[in-house]
Amino acid sequence: MLLIRYIPCLLLKDNGLVKTVKFKNPKYIGDPINTVRIFNEKEVDELIFLDIDATPKNKEPNYKLLAEIANECFMPLAYGGGIKTFDQAQKIFNIGIEKVAINSSVHENLNLITQISEVYGSQAVIGVIDVKKNFFGKKEVVYNSANNKSKFSPNEWAQKLVNAGVGEILVTSVDNEGTWSGFDIETIKSITESVNVPVVANGGAGNVEHLKDAIVKGKASAVAMGSMVVYQKKDFGVLINFPNKQLLNEIK
Amino acid sequence: MITIINYGLGNLGSVQNMLKRIGAPCKITSDLKEIEEAEKILLPGVGAFDSAIQKIDELNLRSVLVHKAKVDKIPFLGICLGMQLLTRSSEEGILSGLDLVPAKTIKFKFENTSNLKIPHMGWNYVTQNTPSKLTEGFTADHRFYFVHSYKVVCDNPTNSILKTNYGGDFDSAIQNENVYGTQFHPEKSHKYGMHLLTNFSKI
Repeated sequence: MLLIRYIPCLLLKDNGLVKTVKFKNPKYIGDPINTVRIFNEKEVDELIFLDIDATPKNKEPNYKLLAEIANECFMPLAYGGGIKTFDQAQKIFNIGIEKVAINSSVHENLNLITQISEVYGSQAVIGVIDVKKNFFGKKEVVYNSANNKSKFSPNEWAQKLVNAGVGEILVTSVDNEGTWSGFDIETIKSITESVNVPVVANGGAGNVEHLKDAIVKGKASAVAMGSMVVYQKKDFGVLINFPNKQLLNEIK
Repeated sequence: MITIINYGLGNLGSVQNMLKRIGAPCKITSDLKEIEEAEKILLPGVGAFDSAIQKIDELNLRSVLVHKAKVDKIPFLGICLGMQLLTRSSEEGILSGLDLVPAKTIKFKFENTSNLKIPHMGWNYVTQNTPSKLTEGFTADHRFYFVHSYKVVCDNPTNSILKTNYGGDFDSAIQNENVYGTQFHPEKSHKYGMHLLTNFSKI
């Protein structure tokens, strides 16, 4: 039987690893390569790297750093941040990263997903959906570090991404990210029920119970963790760690 | 020396890194002459069936690969799409495969009521079917990283060396004499992948 994937979701800025709260105030965590080595030792299921600087600053992906990361990884690897063209995606695949996560650029050019998935397969493309509550409590799709808003609802956008060819969707709650308060289960559930590709829940993981909620209540295929795997606990110092495998194995 | 075939698709860096880690000498090439002299071939692959076959044909690699596998009978391992390329055909495309293992590649299909997602993506267990040098020493704990929407079906069940359950059992590793294939990615499967590639390096 297919196992649930528990995925550290790590944020890059310049050449370092950072952690944000609600997509803001990036705090320096450490060196990404050392972190990858630790996650190798812990035999984590998969890693997602997101460069939070690439789109807002209109930068190319940091290929040199990504190559160093890929060289150290004996687990699957996804990268997102600043990917606008097929050629950029191709460079990332050639480095040895098997999935690209795409967000901001496809709000203007959905065809990019189709271009990549036709050559590399849909499993190689993760559609990223950042969701934020507006002033009236309505959930909206945002992009470009939550600075822009889509006219489509999270479910509508998820469907469009799937139709364009993504093989997986990463749903992040901007409001919950970095808060240790649990996932936005309502949004995750509504997306998992509306599409037939795996959905990765992200934003808000603070403990194993939260992870369980995303799987059992939200029906997510995988769970991403940020703060929980880079800090000792809430408001404590940096400690690269991973939840006890035994506890995770009990989640069904 | 393991020769990793570079036809423009696939996860060459990661395979090479894991082979380095386990101390197995290897090189990456698309050069016909180098492939003719290969002692062992590893055919990686990520992506779509037809685009892979097209690239192999554009580089004129088909006949040398078939010759090395069928005539020279050197150990030959296809990974992921590389395994599907060993079959005669795929529902993903219209071009002919390398036809080195009597098998075909078909799409995963589930009832609408099923909650199984396609692609089959993530870590899954394997169970041994026909014993093989490639899977020597495997235990019930052995699990691997999979990511695929199409699966291989062997004509003859004895060509299946590992099975994995995803809405029913499918052939997750295959063998036809000296030709082997794994649907999963050993290079992305931590110590379990190192185990399998170490076995391959010793064949």
